[in-house]
Amino acid sequence: MNARLLPYVLILPVTLFLCLFFLYPFLLVSKQAFSTGAGFTLDNFREVTGYWKFPITMRNTLLLAAAVVPIQLALALLMATMVNRMKKGRDLVLYVWTIPLGISDLAAGIIWLAIFEQSGFLNSMMSGLGLVDKPVNLLTFQNPGIVFLAIMLAEIWRATAIMLVILVAGIGLIPKEYYEAAEVFGASPWKRFLRITLPLLRPSLQTALVLRVILAFEIFAVVAALGGTLFPVLMGETYAYQFDLLNSGAAAALALIILAISIAFTLIILRVLRVPKGATI
Amino acid sequence: MTLNSRILGAASGVAIACTAFAAQAEVLFWSTQAKPVEEAQAMREQVLAGAGAVDYQPNDGGPWLTRLQAELQSGSGSIGVLGALHGDFSAMNPDDLVDLDDVGVMSASETFNDLAKLGTDSMQYIPWMQASYIMAASKDALQYLPDGADVNALTYDQLIEWAANAHEAAGEPKFGFPAGPKGLKHRFFQGYLYPSFTNGVVRTFASDEAVTAWEKMRELWAHTNPASTNFSFMQEQLLSGDAWIVFDHTSRLAQAFNERPDDFVAFPAPAGPTGRGFMPVLAGVAIPRTAPDMGAARALVEYMLKPETQIATLRATNFFPVVGVTLPDDLPPSVKAAGDAVAKMSASADANPGLLPAGLGDKGGDFNRIFVDSFERIVLAGQDIRAVLDDQKGRLAAIMEETGAPCWAPDAPSDGACPVE
Amino acid sequence: MTAVTTDAVTTDTRRAGRWVYGSAVVLLCAWVIVPLYFLLINTLSAPDTVNSFPKPFIPEFDLGSLTFFANFAGMLTALKNSILVAGLTMIMSIVIGAPAGYALSRFDFRGKELFRLLILLTRAFPLPLLALPLAVMFIQTGLDDTVFGLALVHTTLAIPFAVLITFALFSGIPLELEEAAWTLGCTRLTAFSKVVLPLILPGITASAIFAFVISWNEVFAAAVLTIENRTLTAFLLQNLDTSPLHLKFAGGFILVVPALIFIFAVRKYLFAMWGIANR
Repeated sequence: MNARLLPYVLILPVTLFLCLFFLYPFLLVSKQAFSTGAGFTLDNFREVTGYWKFPITMRNTLLLAAAVVPIQLALALLMATMVNRMKKGRDLVLYVWTIPLGISDLAAGIIWLAIFEQSGFLNSMMSGLGLVDKPVNLLTFQNPGIVFLAIMLAEIWRATAIMLVILVAGIGLIPKEYYEAAEVFGASPWKRFLRITLPLLRPSLQTALVLRVILAFEIFAVVAALGGTLFPVLMGETYAYQFDLLNSGAAAALALIILAISIAFTLIILRVLRVPKGATI
Repeated sequence: MTLNSRILGAASGVAIACTAFAAQAEVLFWSTQAKPVEEAQAMREQVLAGAGAVDYQPNDGGPWLTRLQAELQSGSGSIGVLGALHGDFSAMNPDDLVDLDDVGVMSASETFNDLAKLGTDSMQYIPWMQASYIMAASKDALQYLPDGADVNALTYDQLIEWAANAHEAAGEPKFGFPAGPKGLKHRFFQGYLYPSFTNGVVRTFASDEAVTAWEKMRELWAHTNPASTNFSFMQEQLLSGDAWIVFDHTSRLAQAFNERPDDFVAFPAPAGPTGRGFMPVLAGVAIPRTAPDMGAARALVEYMLKPETQIATLRATNFFPVVGVTLPDDLPPSVKAAGDAVAKMSASADANPGLLPAGLGDKGGDFNRIFVDSFERIVLAGQDIRAVLDDQKGRLAAIMEETGAPCWAPDAPSDGACPVE
Repeated sequence: MTAVTTDAVTTDTRRAGRWVYGSAVVLLCAWVIVPLYFLLINTLSAPDTVNSFPKPFIPEFDLGSLTFFANFAGMLTALKNSILVAGLTMIMSIVIGAPAGYALSRFDFRGKELFRLLILLTRAFPLPLLALPLAVMFIQTGLDDTVFGLALVHTTLAIPFAVLITFALFSGIPLELEEAAWTLGCTRLTAFSKVVLPLILPGITASAIFAFVISWNEVFAAAVLTIENRTLTAFLLQNLDTSPLHLKFAGGFILVVPALIFIFAVRKYLFAMWGIANR
């Protein structure tokens, strides 16, 4: 087959599929963002950005992503290299670490609320150990820090596995000879990680990071379960516009703002972690 | 080989699923009510058992609305009967609902039947069941009632004092308030706090009496479990003891009474300077214009209003009948407790019943948001009450003008849109 | 003498290192398992215990909540539907997505960046907003309320994972390997199936896990697009958060288990081919 046509043939199925099931509804919905009944308008954008909670939700969403994603990246890298070195029980350990992957964000919210609520497991543990006389109220508006921490922990618990699986699959492709050679030359484990694992893992790192960041901007269920109304995020506001206020134009506008942020961060990550063409090992 | 056989298996599975679908001819009952799994189960097994082939599907508001809109837009559907709150129906275009005057059933309340017309000349939905919001407390908390206070005739000041006493005794605030994401806090402000202090909701939104009302709210909040911003179903906190005195929807308190009937009491909402404000909850059944089998759908609507069905519904969902029935004696504890409290509330000398917002159309959500935002800014963020109310007043006036909704009780009637004074 | 000392020191640091390593593994496993163990405790507790304080740390094996769901009408049908939808999603997302991942890693072509962005956009826009136009389209074409129709929507969600993961892994496989196979007389296709495919099996497995899990846990589209053929998630999960606590936990537990069984079943393929050196 003609080598110039081949790539297009290969991407054709995905393109057709996404045009039909994503692009078409997406265009219909985005059109609503630019109209309030008559003609083109930016009123919807003005409405959602002018709402007093908008700066708060924006800040919360970005702050949470900034706090959670780097920790998840570091943790996933650590776990992937650990599992890579393992000789016995690799399957089992990896399985345990990927378990949260199978748990939906709604279910994760239920689980972590059972831990942090006033009569929850954390308080039961602390009072069992005699650390506190009576259960402490953790998730309250006086303790925004603890609320934030609880959401962070729940998110790290739930969504690190997404990165882990991608990185594990990528690390498996790095030839063992590189490590053997490095060991012969006396490179420390840390040096081997910096000089071999990290650079060669770049494609997988890029993918894991981009997907994780995009999903981080869409976080909703876990935050709603733990933060209640104390920690509003962008996606929660979008749903409120769509289903409580029945204002699909405003909902679409807010969703497009989230989309724009996601694209901006995606482009940054793609630039920073650029994969050289025809990457060679 | 294995992959091939797997694909084949999946494909034949699809085929089977398709034929199964074609063979069904059930009436789809698409509802936002009776959602908790136990209630849904009871609806299917007890309430609808005698109604022929009915598929009862309760949903979250989002999917409920999306599916309905999609069917209306495409002009063909599978939903036979809709079950939802008055507010859900009033947000819809009345043309999308079939006129139900000729079904021959309606509620015993003229007010409800009028609401169900949604501003048209004929019934757009049939009132189906009703509930209200009440207070409940652990019996252990009764000892902290202020001297001379009658739990069945509390005032807001006594409630605050009671909550303060309980706070002191427990060493932590024990009043509970459903201020979580799914909590019904806005109804407390619209139907209880405002009517009790200002004898209005819209007209008096930014009045001096409203400032007093919010000051009282702040006082009460000082003795409210600060985790209330996570609470949406106060039965959970009653059972766990995280809250001793609570306010909520009757069906959101039911589990506490059914699990430990001897541990809790239900009682009327408190009274303020302008009476004991309270508000009903009204759910209805309607038929969308795209219903596949009108005859079967009408039959189901009729069935839902039968006295036996209404009593079965009461058992299943803790929502009370809207038609005249004699209630049997063997009702679950939650129904008895809630029924007594509601009866005392409406029979009290200072009762100041409010109505459901009407004529707001699809602005019902924006209307609720005015009150929730005021709460978050005044009580949670501690902003100046006068400033917040004056700021929110403009938004409220805009909603009223845009929809042209006339005043509803306890606001004095208006010509045209209800004014914010 | 000196040599012996240094030797002892290195074995000491080695031993300490191994100890740190081992305890880190155990700690991380506990971090994952303990919250799930709490879920198990609450699932196997009577309603009274679920609401009590302090909470027990050993389950009391009360099967009341689970029995409730066992008697719940339609659970098995819903389970079957969920598995069918997830299975179809898995197959479709890989069959459609993997070729694109290969094209992205091996060729430079016009519109490549745009194409990648389109793929990513799919995940950056919330499905509940897209559900309305999709549902209208499905009702008009007769795809509504079919397992296949829902699988199409779930495939849309899973495709970005499939494309990007396969892209990342193909990029990690040297082109020389393929070229070598061509010079040895393989066609592009046989080179692919004999040399490349085995290498990316872990990636395919990872994509499959994602596709399965995404489909399994998706609620909104499932609730809107299926009526008779409800998936287990749409059937249970959207009603859980308004349900009494003990049923909330039991229902959550029931939803988690099949996904865990699936990941357990495919986990070993994540390591199917351990590095080129081991081949």
